[in-house]
Amino acid sequence: MTGVRHASPARALLWLVALGGLAVAVRRYLYGLGAVSHLSDRFPWGLWVGFDILCGVALAAGGFTMAAIVHILHLKRYEPLLRPAIVTGFLGYLLVIIALMVDLGRPYRIWHALVMWNPHSVMFEVAWCVMLYTLVLALEFGQSVLERTGRTALLRLTHLALPPLVVVGVILSTLHQSSLGSLFLIVPGKLHPLWYSSWLPVLFFLSALAVGMAMVTVEAVASARAFGRTLELPLLADLGKGTFAVLAVYLAVRVADVVARGVWVLASAPTLEAALFRAELWIGGIAPLVLLAAPRIRRSAPGLAAAASLVVLGVVLNRLNVTVTGMLAASGARYVPSWMEVLITAAIVAAGLLAYLWIVEHLPVFGEEARPGAPAAAIVPAGRSGAPAPPWQPRPAPRPLWPTKEPMLEEVPAGAVEREAESVDRGLRDA
Amino acid sequence: MRLTRRQFLQVLGAGSLGVAYLSAARPAAAGRLPPSAILIDIARCIGCRSCEAACKDVHGFPPGESSDLGVRAWTYVRVQRISRPVPHLTLGEASAMQRTYKVQCMHCVEPACASACPVAALRKTPSGPVTYDAGRCIGCRYCMLACPFQVPRFDWQSPLPIIAKCDLCAERLARGERPACVAACPAEALTFGPRPAMLAEAARRIAERPGRYVRAIYGQDEAGGTSVLYVSDVPFEDLGLPAVVREPLPAYTWRALGKVPAVIVGLGAMLSALEAFSRRRRRPEREGGSPARPRGVQP
Repeated sequence: MTGVRHASPARALLWLVALGGLAVAVRRYLYGLGAVSHLSDRFPWGLWVGFDILCGVALAAGGFTMAAIVHILHLKRYEPLLRPAIVTGFLGYLLVIIALMVDLGRPYRIWHALVMWNPHSVMFEVAWCVMLYTLVLALEFGQSVLERTGRTALLRLTHLALPPLVVVGVILSTLHQSSLGSLFLIVPGKLHPLWYSSWLPVLFFLSALAVGMAMVTVEAVASARAFGRTLELPLLADLGKGTFAVLAVYLAVRVADVVARGVWVLASAPTLEAALFRAELWIGGIAPLVLLAAPRIRRSAPGLAAAASLVVLGVVLNRLNVTVTGMLAASGARYVPSWMEVLITAAIVAAGLLAYLWIVEHLPVFGEEARPGAPAAAIVPAGRSGAPAPPWQPRPAPRPLWPTKEPMLEEVPAGAVEREAESVDRGLRDA
Repeated sequence: MRLTRRQFLQVLGAGSLGVAYLSAARPAAAGRLPPSAILIDIARCIGCRSCEAACKDVHGFPPGESSDLGVRAWTYVRVQRISRPVPHLTLGEASAMQRTYKVQCMHCVEPACASACPVAALRKTPSGPVTYDAGRCIGCRYCMLACPFQVPRFDWQSPLPIIAKCDLCAERLARGERPACVAACPAEALTFGPRPAMLAEAARRIAERPGRYVRAIYGQDEAGGTSVLYVSDVPFEDLGLPAVVREPLPAYTWRALGKVPAVIVGLGAMLSALEAFSRRRRRPEREGGSPARPRGVQP
C-alpha cells in the first residue's frame, strides 16, 4: 500500500505544512513583509522569487514541452505523458500566482499590468505571457474536466481548437521562460559574472526545455510508485534521449558563454559563487548527461529517475543562484531566508501536491499505460498485487486525444468509475 | 453639390491638419527645455543637514537625522570616513579624514527603475524628476532590483506597502520653485538648473581649481547620465559612491525585449509549418496506411 490514501500520515503532514503557511500568510497581511521575511531594501528579492516563482515556472515547463512533442511534432506515442504534464503545468502556474499573492506588496492590484502598460518592462511581458499561458493551460486542462462530465460536444470543439492553442502555448512559454532570464539583464553590476550574461534568456529557455522533460520523468516515476501505476519505461527512456540532447546543448552554451566572456578563471576561485557554479555544472549538467548517455541506466527506472532528479536539482540551483546567491555579494546585504519564508515555500509545494492528488483521484489524468503498439516493458511497483491494466479498446470516432479510462486507484469505488466511463463512452458513441 | 462637398472636405482636412500641427507643436516646444539637475559639490558640503531637514519638513516626515535612505527619509547626509587625508575647503584639517554629502535618487536620464516597472508607476518626466505614482504600484520591487544606486525603498512594516524615493520636488518644480533641499543649503554646495548648465558649472569648478577637484563628474555618464551630479575633492570610490556602467541600463533589457515581436512571428510560422509537416508525415504510418481524418468522420 502507498502513502497517498485520504487519511495517510503523509497527507496529514502536507495539510499541516499548508496550514502553517497559511498562518504565516495571515501574519504577512497583518504586519507586512518585514514581519515574516528577511528581505530588505538592499535585498528585495529572495527565496520566494527565486524558488516559488522562477523555479515554479521552470519546473512547470513540462506542459509546453510535452504539448509540443505530441501536438506539433505529432509523436503521438508520447500521449500518455502529456496529460499528467499539463496537470502539473497548470498547477505549477497556479502556485506561482499564489506565491505572488504573498510576495507582491499590493497583490490585489495584480491586474494592473493588463491595463497600465509599460512595453519596455520585461516584467510587463512576463506578466502578460504568464497570464495568457495559464489561460492556455486551463483550456488544455479543461479537456479532462469535460471528459469527466461527459460533455462531448464541447470536447469536440476543444479538439478543433487544440493545434492553434498548442502553438500559442509554445510561443508564450518560449517568451516568458526566456524572459525570466531577461529580468536580470538590467543588473549587470549586481549579478555575479558567472551568471550575468547577455545570453541569460537563451540559457533560461534551454534549461527550461530540459527540466520540463526531466520533471515529466520524475513525475511519471513518482506517480507510478505512489498510485501503483505501471511505468511507461520505453517511452521515458526515449524522452531521456531528448533530455540528454537539450541538456547537452544547454551545457555547451553555458560553458562557451562563461569562457567567451573570459570569466572561467572565476570558477576556480575559492569563493562561494565558484563552488555553487561548479555544483550547478556537475550536479545539474555533467552527472545527468553521463547517466543518460549509458543505455543501461537510461532504460532502468531508478537510473532515469536519478538522472531526471539531478537535472531538476541543477535547474533549481541555477535559478536560486541567479536570484539569491549570485546577487548577494554586490548588494552588501546579508540574506538567509527566515523560517517563515521557508514555511511559505514549503506550504506552496504541499498545496501543489495535495491539489495534484485530488485531481488524479477525480479526473482522468493517466491514459492507458500499455497499448497494443507500445512494448509492454512495464514495472509493477512492490506492494501492488498485480491489478490488471484494462485492455485498450479502439473507440468509435471521434476519438478523444486522450482516451479515457478508469483511474487505477483503490480509493475510488470501482463501480462508480465504470459507470462514469460507460456514460462517457455512450456520449462519444452518440456524438 | 459635389463641389461643395469637396470644398467642405478640403476645409475639414486643412482644419484637422492645423489642429494636428498645433497639438504636436506644443509638447515639442516643452520638450525643447533641457531637463533640470542638481549639482552637489562635496568639497563645499559642511554636513549641516539643512537639506535633509528641509526635505523632511516639506514632505511632512518626522524630523531627525537619518543614517540611510528610508520610506520617510528621501534624502540624508552621509558621513564617510576617507582613506587618505584631504583638508576640507572650509572646515580645514579638523575634517581632513571625512566627507559629508547628500544622498538621494539620482534621477537618471534613462532610469532603470522606470524601464523595469511593469505598470509604469515610475516615469521620467521631461523636466528631470523620476516620479512615482503609488496608485499604480503592485509592489513587485523590480525597481529596487534594477536601480544601480540602490535608491528605492519599500515599506516592509506595512501590510500593503508601496515604494518610496525622492521625486526631486516635482510639484515645486512645476510651480517654478527649486527643490526644497537646494533652497535650504547655506553653503552653496547644492546648485539647481538645466542639466547642461550644471555640467558646464561642474566643469568650470574643476578647471578653476585643478589641484583641488577630482577631474571627473559623477553622474555625467553613470548609468547613461543622471540628473544629480557630484563634484568632489576626494575620489568617488573613496566616498563609497557605487561604480556604475556607462551605458543606460534600459538598453540592456531592450536588446532582448526588442526581439519579442520577431520571435512571435518567426516561431509562430515555424511551429505551424512543423505541425503541418509532421502531421502529414506521421499519419499514414500511425494509422496503418489509412489516412483517417483528424476528427474522424465515420462513413
